[in-house]
Amino acid sequence: MTIAGSNGACGFGPMKRKEDARFIRGRGTYVDDVKRPGMLHGAVLHSPHAHARIVSIDTGAAEAHPKVKAVITGETLARMGLAWMPTMSSDVQAVLATDKVRFQGQEVAFVVAEDRYSARDALELIDVDYDPLPVVVDARRALDPDAPVIRDDVEGRTDNHIFDWEAGDEARTDEVFAAADVVVSQDMIYPRVHPAPLETCGMVAEMDKVTGKLTVWTTSQAPHAHRTMYALVAGLPEHKIRVISPDIGGGFGNKVGLYPGYICAIVGSIVTGRPVKWMEDRSENLMTTSFARDYHMSGSIAATRDGEILGIRVKTLADHGAFNGSAQPTKYPAGFFHVFTGSYDLKAAHCAVTGVYTNKAPGGVAYSCSFRITEAVYLVERLVDMLAAELGADPAELRLKNLLRAGQFPYTSVTGWEYDSGDYARTLRVALDMAGYDDLRKEQAERRRRGELMGIGISFFTEAVGAGPRKHMDILGLGMADGAELRVHPTGKAVLRISVQTQGQGHETTFAQIVSQELGIPADDVEVVHGDTDLTPFGLGTYGSRSTPVSGAATAVVTRKVRERARLVAGAMLEADPADLEWEPGRWYVRGDRSSGVTIQEIAMASHGDVELPEGVEGHLDATTVYNPPNLTYPYGAYVCVVDVDPGTGKVTVRRFIAVDDCGVRINPMIVEGQIHGGLADGIGMALMELMAFDEVGNHLGASFMDYLLPTSMECPSWELGETVTPSPHHPLGAKGVGESATVGSPPALVNAVVDALSPYGIRHAEMPLTPASVWRTIQGRPFRPDLAIT
Amino acid sequence: MKITVNVNGQDYERDVEPRLLLVHFLRDELDLTGTHWGCDTSNCGVCAVWLDGVPVKSCTVLAVMANDRFVRTVEDLERDGELDPVQQGFVECHGLQCGFCTPGMLMTARWLLDRDPDPSDEEIREAISGQLCRCTGYENIVRSVRWAAEHPSTPAVLHPSDAPGAPDVPEVPA
Repeated sequence: MTIAGSNGACGFGPMKRKEDARFIRGRGTYVDDVKRPGMLHGAVLHSPHAHARIVSIDTGAAEAHPKVKAVITGETLARMGLAWMPTMSSDVQAVLATDKVRFQGQEVAFVVAEDRYSARDALELIDVDYDPLPVVVDARRALDPDAPVIRDDVEGRTDNHIFDWEAGDEARTDEVFAAADVVVSQDMIYPRVHPAPLETCGMVAEMDKVTGKLTVWTTSQAPHAHRTMYALVAGLPEHKIRVISPDIGGGFGNKVGLYPGYICAIVGSIVTGRPVKWMEDRSENLMTTSFARDYHMSGSIAATRDGEILGIRVKTLADHGAFNGSAQPTKYPAGFFHVFTGSYDLKAAHCAVTGVYTNKAPGGVAYSCSFRITEAVYLVERLVDMLAAELGADPAELRLKNLLRAGQFPYTSVTGWEYDSGDYARTLRVALDMAGYDDLRKEQAERRRRGELMGIGISFFTEAVGAGPRKHMDILGLGMADGAELRVHPTGKAVLRISVQTQGQGHETTFAQIVSQELGIPADDVEVVHGDTDLTPFGLGTYGSRSTPVSGAATAVVTRKVRERARLVAGAMLEADPADLEWEPGRWYVRGDRSSGVTIQEIAMASHGDVELPEGVEGHLDATTVYNPPNLTYPYGAYVCVVDVDPGTGKVTVRRFIAVDDCGVRINPMIVEGQIHGGLADGIGMALMELMAFDEVGNHLGASFMDYLLPTSMECPSWELGETVTPSPHHPLGAKGVGESATVGSPPALVNAVVDALSPYGIRHAEMPLTPASVWRTIQGRPFRPDLAIT
Repeated sequence: MKITVNVNGQDYERDVEPRLLLVHFLRDELDLTGTHWGCDTSNCGVCAVWLDGVPVKSCTVLAVMANDRFVRTVEDLERDGELDPVQQGFVECHGLQCGFCTPGMLMTARWLLDRDPDPSDEEIREAISGQLCRCTGYENIVRSVRWAAEHPSTPAVLHPSDAPGAPDVPEVPA
């Protein structure tokens, strides 16, 4: 039995993945699989306190451990100027704490030892004397006058306020609300959750003192950005830094940021002169690396009595933890949250976001959130459902009435986004048809008569992905454009080098298919090189669903450049004017004479050979490009979810989940569907199970998979997928991003379904996660009255 | 402690610390890095291997507990250049994305099909319910195992754990 590859197939389609051959054999190379000669192992000592002054650190006993090679503290780093590092949000973060610790799990010391067990043994030998301080973990208390000041490292700081930011027209929104027949308001929390990729974060750092070259193998979704940051953080010359991101065991935004452990591993290698491996365990991953969400939102929606939605306004309190470390474009401290007007044509909208420090881990933009669009979509889709309840309208009908119409695209929203393309009502109707919506409502009515709790939830989301136009979007000043480089060897086989880094998205397959489609050679003849800064052109990496919108476009553009160069060579070969040549997949021929053509393989050989090349053609077919996207792409989708709730236990069972996505042209539909499946499971996790909770003194209550619950095969239904295709008008392939769509779109469908199921109790909103205990508590003491049901 | 562990049909003698976890023994001592390390609490299952023919989570088994016993890992699924049908099934049905949970899923899938060559979707879901996947939403893993059930290969070469003298294999995992 052999792996079914593309078998010479060209272009787009459900091609089996190239990368599977190694993974199914256990032959992937993840960071923890990297072994270097003489390699040592590092381990981090973490703070048990959420807020405490460090009185003293005694490392003597640890240093005396026979297998310990180095113990590094904040003091060691301070001497090197590395105790603090810049975050991706114009703040600084302690690498190892010097003055005080600011969240439970904060990094305090780093041990380098001969093996991973000894390194952890030695952590036990470090004696840290802490003087505990008052703690604030609830963002709603962070700005109280008596709240402890977390960031007193910044001179003159007297509170925990980070930023105020707003978008939209407040006065106009107030006018619209004042004139509206109906206003519905709701406070809602998008709880703190964690991306929890199954591979934790880690690094092998190797500093070659002879050449001065630092090589790191690391869990990075953005190897080039990391390289530049290491140059900025450590003052190392950038050409002497090589960042290799090998196989990555899932990212979901968790592997975008720089973590203290990375810096420590590098310093460990510099100090010991040997390679150092640092690999988090699960608790470290959950407690210290980038969380997601933690948004407290107070939203209102205004409408006419007959159901025309007029406006939305929202005030948001954003909990950024102890350091402002969210990774997002500089202009947008709340990410792309201001796309909260969703898929609807509004007269006005306004949001005001206040960011605060708390004694919790830093982060905030992660877990497939598309720079906070997850929170925005949850807000608008909950508000629309609550408006439907208020009006006594069917939530599907209310959406159909208010969705943007196909003729309105390109559409500029009241908060300034330019939606590229869409036919929203068509997509929602496909989803409703697949679900058998009318029959489901009939079944629900019947079940309610029997006292059973069945809920049907809808969400319609619009994403804004593929960041982005460099004029508006950057990470730490680095514009979000990505390079691509295509070499065609003499025999017509090609090597594509790209800046983005797969964490499971199948880039080695999809990007080969793009070259194949554009050049007419089999996808198996294209090798995709990625994840190594010495081997690939600069670019910002893979997150925010940007690989296909940005690097996919770069790949199409660079392949077209090669094709055009091939046209010139073909002209020389055929002794014809290149303007007279026609292209068909794989060959150029003289217009009107199909028998006259030369194949791309023949052209490749000739371009390396003795054909007299036309003026301006230096030889070979190779090309490079940098793609600066003119706009984001706006994928969207309609989701319908059916749940059953056990009134005795509060347990929610997801019976069906219908997801109809429109992400423009699908390069590899099999991979696209896989991406959607994964995001839907994320939605089950966030809506029903996942929560990073803290007690009042800042103890982390979700620091292992025993407490931080993720969905298994038992909670997930068999997904029902549909599609519509509305190409992006500005993307060279008509494609849009899709990686995060389902993570963004599914939680509101689930919550809407559960609230719908509970509506006979008079429930209009319930907070995530809808665990059995929380659902059970919500309905206690409330009479079951089907007349209170929404639909 | 000196231990002898039969891994994938080969005996390995090593002197190990009593606290060494089986997952680290396989990865660090034997360089069998197909088995992954994910959570330490038996929740994620990326470390699943067979111990005497039964899937176990090797992050919560000490290497010394495998002394004189038979371990089978993902590296042993392909025999003489022939993929196991579960491996092929995962390729055919896109049952993997990042690949980190895949070795554990494959070992459980093979165990299931050895005992029940025609499991229902529900039985497949139950069999893998002790293992997490963050990428696939499980649907394609279920399809992959179904594919393997529908495309059985010729009977596999007898594994040492099936050989005379090997411990009896219980019908259900402990």
